[in-house]
Amino acid sequence: MSSLREARRDPAVEPFLRIEGVTKRYGAVAALEGVDLSIWRGEFFALLGGSGSGKSTLLRCLAGLIQPDGGRILLDGQDMAGVPAHERPVNMMFQSYALFPHLDVARNIGFGLKQEGAPKALVRERVGEMLALVRMEGFANRRPHELSGGQRARVALARALAKRPKLLLLDEPLSALDKNLRESMQFELQRIQETTGTTFVIVTHDQEEAMTMATRLAVMDRGALVQVGTPAEVYEFPNSRFTADFLGTANIFEGVIETVTPDGARIASKELDLDILAEGEPPKPQGSRAFVAIRPERMRIARATPDDGPAANRAVGRVRDIAYAGNVFLYHVVLEGNAGKEIRVTQPVLRRITERPVDWEDRVVVTWDRHAALVLPE
Amino acid sequence: MRRTVVLALPLLWMAVFFLAPFVIVLSIAFAEAAEGLPPYAPLLRWVGDGLPVLQLNLGNFQLLLEDPYYLDAYRRSLTVAGISAMLCLLLGYPMALAIARAPERWRSPLLLAVMLPFWTSFLLRITAWIGILQDAGWLNGALLALGLITEPLHILYTDAAMYLGITYGYLPFMVLPLYANLVKHDTALLEAAADLGAKPWRAFLQVTLPLSIPGMIAGFLLVFIPAVGEFVIPELLGGPGAQLIGRVLWTEFFQNRDWPLASALASALLLALVLPIALFQWRAARAR
Repeated sequence: MSSLREARRDPAVEPFLRIEGVTKRYGAVAALEGVDLSIWRGEFFALLGGSGSGKSTLLRCLAGLIQPDGGRILLDGQDMAGVPAHERPVNMMFQSYALFPHLDVARNIGFGLKQEGAPKALVRERVGEMLALVRMEGFANRRPHELSGGQRARVALARALAKRPKLLLLDEPLSALDKNLRESMQFELQRIQETTGTTFVIVTHDQEEAMTMATRLAVMDRGALVQVGTPAEVYEFPNSRFTADFLGTANIFEGVIETVTPDGARIASKELDLDILAEGEPPKPQGSRAFVAIRPERMRIARATPDDGPAANRAVGRVRDIAYAGNVFLYHVVLEGNAGKEIRVTQPVLRRITERPVDWEDRVVVTWDRHAALVLPE
Repeated sequence: MRRTVVLALPLLWMAVFFLAPFVIVLSIAFAEAAEGLPPYAPLLRWVGDGLPVLQLNLGNFQLLLEDPYYLDAYRRSLTVAGISAMLCLLLGYPMALAIARAPERWRSPLLLAVMLPFWTSFLLRITAWIGILQDAGWLNGALLALGLITEPLHILYTDAAMYLGITYGYLPFMVLPLYANLVKHDTALLEAAADLGAKPWRAFLQVTLPLSIPGMIAGFLLVFIPAVGEFVIPELLGGPGAQLIGRVLWTEFFQNRDWPLASALASALLLALVLPIALFQWRAARAR
């Protein structure tokens, strides 16, 4: 993991997969608009985005299932332009798994090797190896319709890995599974990625999945990359309102940067009717308009006393809604003041609820620390 | 209750329109030919003291097995039907595949085009082929005009014309079940095959073809079964020499007025078709 990060920052190391200005249009709609991305060998890279963000289109361009209208894709130094899907050293785990219903598990896994004309002994050996890797020994002679969803996912993964591809593409691989199974499969995918050392590129709309599995991720929106980084980088330092609210949730406030001092900035927010203090040097000069993101879990909420009023990093409002998710409370608080802005605050549920610390219609103070507030570059 | 009704309707249909006629035909097959109307003797006869006597005549079936004339007719009919069904499969598969792979808005018009011939009379369409194929017909006219041949080809009243007619007439029965199968294939399977290194034609052979076997069987049977007893097309387009079971039946029934023998022929044909198919279905069901 750390060696990976070093490799990525070393400009001398060539990326394993280089995507340069890749564009794809469907009629007047641009599915991909000049995507540039570098992925290094052995990475577990996630393409994260909503439906229509272009993440699946990009993945299918990598697989060779669709041809981009412009740009280049270089894999291990080789230009993939004009290389059809069946000649690429790339395999894909399909969203529907696309297992061949007329072939048993062993023949499904051996399908790719058979196409290369690999000797039968090698196919048998590799199939056994793959079955062991995905912990499906003893299922070799089953047909896909005799397997559960999780078992099918394992077979699909084994089939995609059997040819030892340079790049493994995973298209929403776990979206058909229920939550518990999905979580255990996430760990399984990580384990398999580490044992095989294959470079994985996964497409997902599930931010939790991307956060837990990926070494790096790219947030996509409307055919473009919005931000690329490690999960922690993107979560802690979102570069835009879109990422801040897409990866996790964020309260976003508009304001003007009033003063900049070595230990932070003061942003006057008309919307909040108070000043926000943010740690560190803001990415924008003094006097400019800026957006500040504050995550709901980095805010505190408490019942207000009658003489509590707003101050810097301290808002006052009324609880409009409470959602109890078992592990956290999610409060919707309507702030006092001119705009009546609604913010979201989450608090861990520290003890079994016999009495809510804060109740509906309570007047509350919401506070946060300077390091919780982040001035967004965009 | 509802289930019983749902099951009872097709069973009732089968009983009234298939089983009952078959039993009648079968009973005639065991009767003795006789002068009169109907031209056969009843199976049950009342002897003097009022006791019914069942008289089964196995002679007709014995004749079918012993006279090579009938066996040849059966064999030839099965061969003609088999070859015709294969020709329909070879022609119909690419058609069905092309329609199934066509953009969605094109599929309905294309299917309609396949079924369009049904809108004119079957007899008329087969008769039209006479006009096309005869020595002074359109085909020979066109070939002569193009200078490809110097003398007209004798196609009409040959086996070639008969196969052409049967294949033409039954092609839609092959295309429709095949299309119904092929259109349901998951396109992701072909993508997966390509992704795993299969060239398009290998993906076809290893994925599309095996998955379409049920459609091929359905289409084959839909062509084969009626083609075995086909009477009109061989009569109009085929040569005079070889006897097909359809014509033999017709001759026995209308010219010789031997209803029992004709019934025996028909019953034997039905059993010869139903038994292998039933056996095949039973084995397929067991294999699954």
